[in-house]
Amino acid sequence: MNLPSQRRALLKLAALSSLAASAALMGCGKKEEPAPAPAPAAAPAAAPAAEPLKAAWVYVGPVGDAGWTYAHDQGRKAVEAEYGDKVKTTFVEKVPEGADAERVIRDLAVQGNKIIFATSFGYMEPMLKVAGEFPDVKFEHATGYKTAPNMRIYDAKFYEDAYVAGIIAGTMSKSGTIGFVGSFPIPEVLRNINAYTLGAQSVNPTIKTKVVWVSTWFDPPKEGEAAQSLINGGADVLLQNTDSSAVLQTAEKNGKYAFGWDSDMSAFAPKAHLASCIVDWGGYYKKAVKDVIDGSWKTERTVWGVKEGQNDLIKIADVVPEDTKKKVDEAKAGMKAGTFEVFTGPILANDGKEVLAKGVAADQAWKDKIDFYVKGVEGKIPSAK
Amino acid sequence: MNEAALLIAATLASGTPLAIAGLGLLLNEKAGVLNLGAEGMMLVAAIAGFAAALYTGSDTLAFAAGALAGMAMAALFALLVIGLNTNQYATGLALSLFGAGFSAFVGVDLVGKKLADRAPFEVPLLADIPFFGPALFRQHPMVYLAIAAVAALAWFLYRSRAGLVLRAVGESPESAHALGYPVRTIRFAAVVAGGALCGVAGAFLSVVYAPLWVEGLVAGRGWIALALTTFATWRPARVLLGAYLFGGVTMLQFALQGAGVEVSSQLLSMLPYIATIVVLALISRNPLWIRINMPASLGKPFHPGS
Repeated sequence: MNLPSQRRALLKLAALSSLAASAALMGCGKKEEPAPAPAPAAAPAAAPAAEPLKAAWVYVGPVGDAGWTYAHDQGRKAVEAEYGDKVKTTFVEKVPEGADAERVIRDLAVQGNKIIFATSFGYMEPMLKVAGEFPDVKFEHATGYKTAPNMRIYDAKFYEDAYVAGIIAGTMSKSGTIGFVGSFPIPEVLRNINAYTLGAQSVNPTIKTKVVWVSTWFDPPKEGEAAQSLINGGADVLLQNTDSSAVLQTAEKNGKYAFGWDSDMSAFAPKAHLASCIVDWGGYYKKAVKDVIDGSWKTERTVWGVKEGQNDLIKIADVVPEDTKKKVDEAKAGMKAGTFEVFTGPILANDGKEVLAKGVAADQAWKDKIDFYVKGVEGKIPSAK
Repeated sequence: MNEAALLIAATLASGTPLAIAGLGLLLNEKAGVLNLGAEGMMLVAAIAGFAAALYTGSDTLAFAAGALAGMAMAALFALLVIGLNTNQYATGLALSLFGAGFSAFVGVDLVGKKLADRAPFEVPLLADIPFFGPALFRQHPMVYLAIAAVAALAWFLYRSRAGLVLRAVGESPESAHALGYPVRTIRFAAVVAGGALCGVAGAFLSVVYAPLWVEGLVAGRGWIALALTTFATWRPARVLLGAYLFGGVTMLQFALQGAGVEVSSQLLSMLPYIATIVVLALISRNPLWIRINMPASLGKPFHPGS
């Protein structure tokens, strides 16, 4: 091969790979092309709104992931159903967390969307940046912790689901060891592991929890491998906070129990499925849109749970004893009434240190900073993020 | 002890798709063709196999569908790189990107569908041996077929006339051409056969191993299989061992976590690639190794009559 032809091949390769890369970037396509809006300045703000309010959602996964993004999209559909032609919704799916997200959010703002929801933690910084550029657009970010005058945050109490799932797990476990497949050791996930363990200990104080980390939100074969590994280690009831049904199906294969997460997964494992932890964002999305319509929108942090109907445990299996179902209902009733807080002292960390004094109910700040396993969870939290 | 047996069993299962795909790529590369499209072929095969399993309920048909899908993708690739002499690296990358998008597109309605339950598989009598039974003899038949395929491929490459010709085509297509062998036809056949194996591996992932379909299900295993052929210095038996090693690393990490030993998972997921780079560096330093194993014309297009 002579030099010029080699160089040609290299050039071809470069051209092709840049083409491929741009094709991949264009892959996060919009589903519904809204008409190009007039420049924001030209829109008279106080005119009686004959025009529909434009609302947009940014998703990290495909809407067909049967988990996290699917649940958010159900919430978007609830907004459509509620407001009909008063609101025009769009969404962009599979948006990588990073520079692309900023471009997508800015695009949506330029197109005249008056409220934009970013539904993944990694969109926080991009959204904050764009929020500074569009003061008359309302920005909503899920699961984050930074706000601006026109950007607010909302979250769900998944740990309440995890706690009631734990009540069932503690009852159904024969080995006395339950398992958890974790994604990343962030407070959100640690809250779920701890709540799951506390729930199980409320019916069986000697229960132990084994945790395996997979360092991904979504890799079904790997989630299955992690579940298998927990089962090999003696765990017989599993919960996960990854996004596929693989853990549940692995439990089914092994004749053990597990739960659905994010949405109803009972169809995947008729024998193994004990219940599904679900999240319903529809209520919050309807409220947020309404706030914009009637002008009452203000920046704040909203954390809803079982009480507001945002979290729930559904489809409890018939194998679960009646009095366990009663305990689940009691816990849920306490959450609804606001009389029961999952994290109420005394709580010990698994190194024996007291992290919450007797009789104290944890406040939001305490829950935001969780960085320990409660007593009964085995092992150490991996330091690598 | 029991846990060790289960760890061995899990390692065999997780290494199997890597081994089958690795063998397919080995067959490609022995004929002098480097196909970077493994990930894309496996994805398309995974959705084809999953759909077949869903609608027919038959594993055999699912593997056949996976093999056919892999062959179709490989034939497309072969048409471009052998028929039109396009750059193998770029075409393979394009095939991977295409496969990722195409499988997601056709699989949209199958996301979250559930396959019928299958009975656990046990080798009669042997499955009841303490320790060895649970460790070795309670696997899906494909796990044993993969081992048989290694033996068959090794025999084919090193003990049969056709295999000798195939290797000659990979080493020196000009000589093979001068002797009157149809170089491009042989390469085409090798690429399509390799695609069939990658296809079976993809179907194994979606039908037996996961078993479900979601976008991007293969999750990089095609790239690991590619690394594997180099890591194994193009020897079938080493491909199998390497597959168990790379498959076992993940399982071992989970088992260690369960036992409270901390290992960085990021480090472990880099391992196949690092090991491959080390092997490449080693064999590039040692001319003897290269002469014995690496097909001399790997990745180079062949123009008859040039």
